[in-house]
Amino acid sequence: MMHFLLLFSRQGKLRLQKWFLPLPERERKKIVKDMTTMVLSRKPRTCNFLHWKDLKIVYKRYASLYFCCALENKDNELLALEILHRYVELLDKYFGNVCELDIIFNFEKAYFILDEFLMGGEIQETSKQSIAKSVEASDMLQETMEEYMSKPAF
Amino acid sequence: MALKIVKGSIDRMFDKNLQDLVRGIRNHKEDEAKYISTCIDEIKQELKQDNIAVKANAVCKLTYLQMLGYDVSWAAFNIVEVMSSSKFTYKRIGYLAASQCFHEGTDVIMLTTNQIRKDLSSPHQYDTGVALTGLSCFVTPDLARDLANDIMTLMSHTKPYIRKKAVLIMYKVFLKYPESLRPAFPRLKEKLEDPDPGVQSAAVNVICELARRNPKNYLSLAPLFFKLMTSSTNNWVLIKIIKLFGALTPLEPRLGKKLIEPLTNLIHSTSAMSLLYECVNTVIAVLISLSSGMPNHSASIQLCVQKLRILIEDSDQNLKYLGLLAMSKILKTHPKSVQSHKDLILQCLDDKDESIRLRALDLLYGMVSKKNLMEIVKKLMLHVDKAEGTTYRDELLTKIIDICSQSNYQYITNFEWYISILVELTRLEGTRHGHLIASQMLDVAIRVKAIRGFAVAQMATLLDNAHLLTGNTQRNGICEVLYAAAWICGEFSEHLEDPMQTLEAMLRPKVATLPGHIQAVYVQNAAKLFATVLRKHEGETDSHAAQETSQLLIDRLPLFVQSANLEVQERASCILQLVKYIQKLQQKKVEVAEEVTALFAGELNPVAPKAQKKVPVPEGLDLDAWINKPPSESESEDEKPKAVFAKEEPKHSRSRHTEVDEKELARRREARKREQANNPFYIKASPSSQKVYDAPGVEHIPVVQIDLSVPLKVPGMPMSDQYLKLEEERRQKEKAERKKEKKKKREKRGKERKADSGPESEEDIAPAHQVDIVTEEMPENALPSDDDDKDPNDPHKALDIDLDKPLADSEKLPVRTHRPEVLKSPAEDRVNESIPQETKKRSGKEKKEKKKGKEKDRKRSKEEKKKKKHKEVEEELLESHPEEAVQSEETKEAATPPTSTSAEEETAPSSAAAVDTSSAAAPESEPDEPKDAEPEDTKSSKHKKKKQKKEKEEKEKKKKKRHHHHHHHSNAGGEDSVQNGTVEEEEPLPPMSNYFLLAENSYIKMMKEDADQVYDIQGNHQDESKVVVSVIFENKSDSFLKSMEFNVLDSLNSKLQRPEGAGAHDSLTVPFQLPPGISNEAHFVFSVQSIVMPQKLKGTLTFIVKSDESSTHEKLDFKLHFTCTSYLITTPCYL
Repeated sequence: MMHFLLLFSRQGKLRLQKWFLPLPERERKKIVKDMTTMVLSRKPRTCNFLHWKDLKIVYKRYASLYFCCALENKDNELLALEILHRYVELLDKYFGNVCELDIIFNFEKAYFILDEFLMGGEIQETSKQSIAKSVEASDMLQETMEEYMSKPAF
Repeated sequence: MALKIVKGSIDRMFDKNLQDLVRGIRNHKEDEAKYISTCIDEIKQELKQDNIAVKANAVCKLTYLQMLGYDVSWAAFNIVEVMSSSKFTYKRIGYLAASQCFHEGTDVIMLTTNQIRKDLSSPHQYDTGVALTGLSCFVTPDLARDLANDIMTLMSHTKPYIRKKAVLIMYKVFLKYPESLRPAFPRLKEKLEDPDPGVQSAAVNVICELARRNPKNYLSLAPLFFKLMTSSTNNWVLIKIIKLFGALTPLEPRLGKKLIEPLTNLIHSTSAMSLLYECVNTVIAVLISLSSGMPNHSASIQLCVQKLRILIEDSDQNLKYLGLLAMSKILKTHPKSVQSHKDLILQCLDDKDESIRLRALDLLYGMVSKKNLMEIVKKLMLHVDKAEGTTYRDELLTKIIDICSQSNYQYITNFEWYISILVELTRLEGTRHGHLIASQMLDVAIRVKAIRGFAVAQMATLLDNAHLLTGNTQRNGICEVLYAAAWICGEFSEHLEDPMQTLEAMLRPKVATLPGHIQAVYVQNAAKLFATVLRKHEGETDSHAAQETSQLLIDRLPLFVQSANLEVQERASCILQLVKYIQKLQQKKVEVAEEVTALFAGELNPVAPKAQKKVPVPEGLDLDAWINKPPSESESEDEKPKAVFAKEEPKHSRSRHTEVDEKELARRREARKREQANNPFYIKASPSSQKVYDAPGVEHIPVVQIDLSVPLKVPGMPMSDQYLKLEEERRQKEKAERKKEKKKKREKRGKERKADSGPESEEDIAPAHQVDIVTEEMPENALPSDDDDKDPNDPHKALDIDLDKPLADSEKLPVRTHRPEVLKSPAEDRVNESIPQETKKRSGKEKKEKKKGKEKDRKRSKEEKKKKKHKEVEEELLESHPEEAVQSEETKEAATPPTSTSAEEETAPSSAAAVDTSSAAAPESEPDEPKDAEPEDTKSSKHKKKKQKKEKEEKEKKKKKRHHHHHHHSNAGGEDSVQNGTVEEEEPLPPMSNYFLLAENSYIKMMKEDADQVYDIQGNHQDESKVVVSVIFENKSDSFLKSMEFNVLDSLNSKLQRPEGAGAHDSLTVPFQLPPGISNEAHFVFSVQSIVMPQKLKGTLTFIVKSDESSTHEKLDFKLHFTCTSYLITTPCYL
């Protein structure tokens, strides 16, 4: 089971965080700090796995963003890399050539996509099509119900 | 109203939305904190407004700020407000915020229960979905308990979108509320075969997670998973299933055998690395669990190792890393197959990625043998020299020591070599592991008696050159080695060639700069050396040398008496006085050596690390109680007893001295020389004996190679290499010798070592020394093994639940329902305490019922035979298994017309009755009194075998009949719920233990299953509810029982269901006859009107006892008791 998923920039700025276990705020902050320092200090062309406490950290860099997740001891690291990649694909499909700014400015969308893909640290849906479909469907639902909030009022 | 809207929209114009906030933060890089604090003030204002849209916007911004690390817990209530919005747009934001901000300590979570329940049952699937997603992040034990039933219901939702989410979240619910696992499990299991692949994969995920924690409870699912594995094409799911099997196989080796083939096929065929890796890992796990059982698994191991080699050779660092990781798993059980890839692994030591190097080091640990240890360590020593960065070098150092010292120095054939390695390691710059080297030195010197002479010589050299270790750089770690050196020289001083010189080295003024605990050891061991010197010179006519020694001590010790360290001070002053006294005696020509030596007499043995723990605490001794008032903290320092001999020396980080390393020293020396050479006034010295420095003009001086048997006393000169050569030579010589006299060698080797258990191929390598490794001491009767407890706080421990046991009533999930008729509904009638999961469905669908019943019966019969529960698992998997054959026979038998069986029945009882007619006749006179059934029982045990067979037949027959007689009802009165015992005493029948004795006489015993009241969940609950009562009839007599009729006096509330056309008082025919010793089960259905009244029904069973001579009519009364509480049952609601 995945414990958490973090997205952070090369400067160590957190862009997205998903905790599949409820942790107190302080602990979360500590973990984020540990992760960013650990991952960012890795040299290029080294392997993408780290041991941290009793968890396995799997990270991968896509453009300027680091995707980093924590697995339990018996989980499959390569599968985790595939999960990260799949998430990037999903973001890419949704935003169309996704970049860091897309995630910064639409961070809630990034969460909604993630929520359709993973749940409770497990893969919820493996089909890209059905994820895209349900994200779209709930967006539609939102758009139709959307009040004047999202549009300029003047 | 209109004004309000207008006003709202004007307000809005000035509101920031999320994008504005993000932009603003990016534009205020310098004063971000200030900008955000104004934003938070704005948000607080927005939250005060009534407009939900404004609130949602504010909450959305807060979620972003939360990610940046700002505390937003104050807005928890507002988040709940937004969650409760009826509009999906806001609800979504609310749940997102909650899932990011809430944790178990958030108190407003309590307020969300009803809102979440409402959302879960919303007609819009996305509302439900959003609630489930949010809940998965912040579910608390309370929420889990309150919502478990709602979520369980959602697992059967019509929309797969909801089903898969519900299935996944169940895992979280199980963790928080373990009681929900058993009631929910059957449905979870169903989902493994869900038509939607997403739901199926979700169920696989959840069960995989559960099973990895407590595999034994999931063994029974193995056949199902096996089917899934062979049919699924989804790699994501396959990986999970394979992982699950990896967890199951250690418990069931037969499963492993079955798995090997499909897994190796997958390994051959798949192109997905993640799947390949998972398969290899599971094959390894399987082979480990099979390590003894299967002869021809070497092919599979070979395959795995090959594939891993490909991974390791891959240019992808990730694959390399994982390949090494998996390799280390194989290593544990099949070291040889890995050892052949030593080249590859040594190659990885040069990788530029540190994590890969570390993995390779792990592997080396298991790859050493007596043959290659020296070679491998040599390579590692090279790496030590090359290594940049102290962490990796320290890692190397610890690995070298680990590798050498593993399993009691099993692989070391030459301890001189090892000591030299340790000495070489002391040259390491800035290592933290001085104490590790020190403890190895101590351990080897103490435990390997043969090496003491050599060790002492080396240590004396170290002491002599202590200035190199304690030079002027920050090498605080390494001086710990001196601790060991001083102790070894003192303790084994009889081996010293020149104790006087060592003594002198130990009392140099520079010693006073060492850490206190090391000085203390120096002082103490100086005294030991003193004793040795005295002894050596005793008897000599010239007592000059001895007196000189005393004088030396008296001169030097005052330095230590002044030490700031109490330990040093105390020891020094004590010894100083002692020496002064001895000097006086010496002057009087008194022989003192004997007495002084006696001070340090006695052998010291190593103590096992767990020895202290194993010393039993004397009775009446409370170790936690204070003897006096608690002392202040500083006192505890002194209480550490005999730190001198403890393996782990206290680490004193304070060090006042700095050290120079070799190179530095050489550099300086050279600089000095150059200076001297240029100085015309300096008279040049001839080059020193130890090292030739390439100063101009010295090359022509012939250097004579001195062949010293004792290694040169220059620390820093790599000596261990010479052992490598020596060792090779020695081995070759030995080989030649062995050819000559094989037999002699054998005998010799027998004595060599206790701990010698290396692989066979190495048996022919004899150690260079006769090595006696002193075993560690333990208290009497104590075993070195330690009982390691699992972490009691592991949340998964609570999920270690037997899932095959029938579900008890008390385990039902709490239901809150708003439909009053369900509450009233007699549907929930229960007669007794529990309802087995299987029977629940029985009254629903006849087909299912039959299947389930069969399964149950089969289980029972199997358990009678085998008494081993988990064997069942495999039986379904392994078609060829004998049990399986029995099963199919049974079904065949059941299919044949009952005439043949009844014929058999009649012959069997008649013979049995003939044997014991008298005992059958005796109880006849008092048929109503339950009587001790002993004679019958002993009798029946004689016929046990026959009986079992019969029983099986009976059951099959009954099963067949049951669906004809489904509406036959019988009645059972469980007034006294005595646990039945007699039968079970002989052959425990676990499923039978649910049965309570209903009534009994000398002919027959009736037992009611306490968990067998079942009403139909789906069908009947609107009108009236049915309760099914299972009753087992057991013939205790030697006569044939037939024409059994079952009747109950109906009450207003509860009625026995009779076939149509039958009168209200007619009795029901029990659909079978009972030969002696046989038992069978019948089901009777009751309809119950109200569950608010407890019921006691009186009933009668009449039957005919038919023996050879006569037949009599008998009857047995009983009472059937339905309590109100037993009616309680979960009603899942279908949406």
